[in-house]
Amino acid sequence: MNEIYRGIWVVAYRELLRFVQERSRMVTSFAFPIMFLVVFGAGFNRIVGPMTEGVDFIQFMYPGILSMTVVMSSMFSGMSIVWDREFGFLKEILVAPISRSGIVLGKALGGSVTAMLQGVILLTLAPFLGIHLTALMVVKYIFLVLLLSLSLSGMGIFVATRMRSQQGFQMVMNLLIFPLIFLSGVFFPVDNVSPWLQMIAKLNPLTYGVDAIRQVFLSGDAGLGVTVMGYKMGIIEDALIIGVLGLSLLSVSVWSFSRQE
Amino acid sequence: MNSIQVNRLGKKFGDTEAVKDVSFNVPEGEIFGFLGPNGAGKTTIINVLCTLMSPSSGSASVNGYDVVNQRNEVRRSVGLVFQESTLDEYLSAEQNLLFHAYAYGVPRDVRLQRMKELLNLVDLWDRRKGKTRTYSGGMKRRLEIVRGLIHHPRVLFLDEPTLGLDPQTRRYIWDYVKDIRKNENLTIFLTTHYMDEAEHCDRIAVIDNGRIVAIDTPERLKDDVGGDLVAIKSSDNENAVKELAESWSLETKVQDDLVIFSVPRGDEFLPEFVRKFKGQLLSINVRRPTLEDVFLKLTGRDIRDEEVDEVTQLKQSFKYRHR
Repeated sequence: MNEIYRGIWVVAYRELLRFVQERSRMVTSFAFPIMFLVVFGAGFNRIVGPMTEGVDFIQFMYPGILSMTVVMSSMFSGMSIVWDREFGFLKEILVAPISRSGIVLGKALGGSVTAMLQGVILLTLAPFLGIHLTALMVVKYIFLVLLLSLSLSGMGIFVATRMRSQQGFQMVMNLLIFPLIFLSGVFFPVDNVSPWLQMIAKLNPLTYGVDAIRQVFLSGDAGLGVTVMGYKMGIIEDALIIGVLGLSLLSVSVWSFSRQE
Repeated sequence: MNSIQVNRLGKKFGDTEAVKDVSFNVPEGEIFGFLGPNGAGKTTIINVLCTLMSPSSGSASVNGYDVVNQRNEVRRSVGLVFQESTLDEYLSAEQNLLFHAYAYGVPRDVRLQRMKELLNLVDLWDRRKGKTRTYSGGMKRRLEIVRGLIHHPRVLFLDEPTLGLDPQTRRYIWDYVKDIRKNENLTIFLTTHYMDEAEHCDRIAVIDNGRIVAIDTPERLKDDVGGDLVAIKSSDNENAVKELAESWSLETKVQDDLVIFSVPRGDEFLPEFVRKFKGQLLSINVRRPTLEDVFLKLTGRDIRDEEVDEVTQLKQSFKYRHR
């Protein structure tokens, strides 16, 4: 058991160290979401705006953008495995007396804590968009963001165990990330679009992550809560779905990593 | 006691047999070298011994721990330096060492003192805060060697420790390695394809095509070639050949204007020879056989034939180091 805990802690510690040392990553974690908010906010307001009655479209999109940032950051955290393999450091990790599952969980934890930090940094935008933050909101938000990013880093790590080059990893990730994000209700209320799109979006597990985070910040009816077979999902139900997704993704990653290396 | 015991070890990759039926023991405190061309199976054996690969057949133990069933015990008791750099170049030397100490569960009070002691040993203490990507090749190597020592291993594996370094740096690395052996009292297992480096070892195993073809001290391996090589030049080489055959019963070979033969002990042979030789001597040259002669005799080819591989390998290590 000791080999797992030590593995988790030491691998996660390094991920965080690297994040803190690379200032550019903190800056980009700010720039990208702002770009999305401005461009999409302005562009889609006319079209999607009427679907989100009662809430300003920017306010509707903001939690979506938060989750998008967190999702992308955590999914790409698997990149560090490919990177380490390419530059040799993975060997140093692999010969240490720590278990393979510890390494995977450590990478996931490190990736999700950095994703969470990025998510928290982005909270500073809330007042400018007219969203009033309370302490409870922030606590719920941090919990959900950690859960979401822990789950999705599992997907990144799984892909990383199969990829030998950074280019390959990036290609596959982009192929996965964009459909997942665009069909997850970041940019539109899932219940108010055409049935075929609803169907796809409701099969996408990310939809529930986005929905949970949105419910933390917004109240009222405005496209909140995804209806599945007539049942309106709350934060708890959403979180359960993401948790189950995460457990399975992480187990598959552990299995794949232990088998390969 | 033996630090390393290897018994009929074999490793297959698909249909190719990288290591074939290899057995050897390394007693505690020895510097033991694997000498052989690239692709002879040296790295594969190291990978098996440090539990990164499982053997296809046979068994091996390190510090008394089985490399298949007691992986964590083996890992905890060995230090490793790989052929290619395995530093995190975006972290400082200190951070790299700390990572290692945490990963091996080195207690807090030991950690810092040990780091200082080791960094001083290889003269890197003043540069400990620098990111390792700013280090020279030799500095990185030194750092990697002491990183492998933080957790007080009893065996240190060095896979081609001086590959791609210039001759002066290579000599320094060896000075450091010898210091380390003296201070730490450990067993060192290394691989190399440099003949001159193998001379530093207490014992070497010559390995070719996945098989050990000889195993002994460098001195005795060289004796096996047939003693020292003597080359003389006299005013009348034909007579010299005759005289050597008749009075000394030595087989000779004439090459250009030199008469070459080998005797078991050149240093003892010469004074007597000079006194008794009837012809006129113009020059005498005695040389000990080198490990190169050993390798040539054992395998029938020159280790240099393989140097092309080294270029390819260097190119690869360049790819690693320059991003």
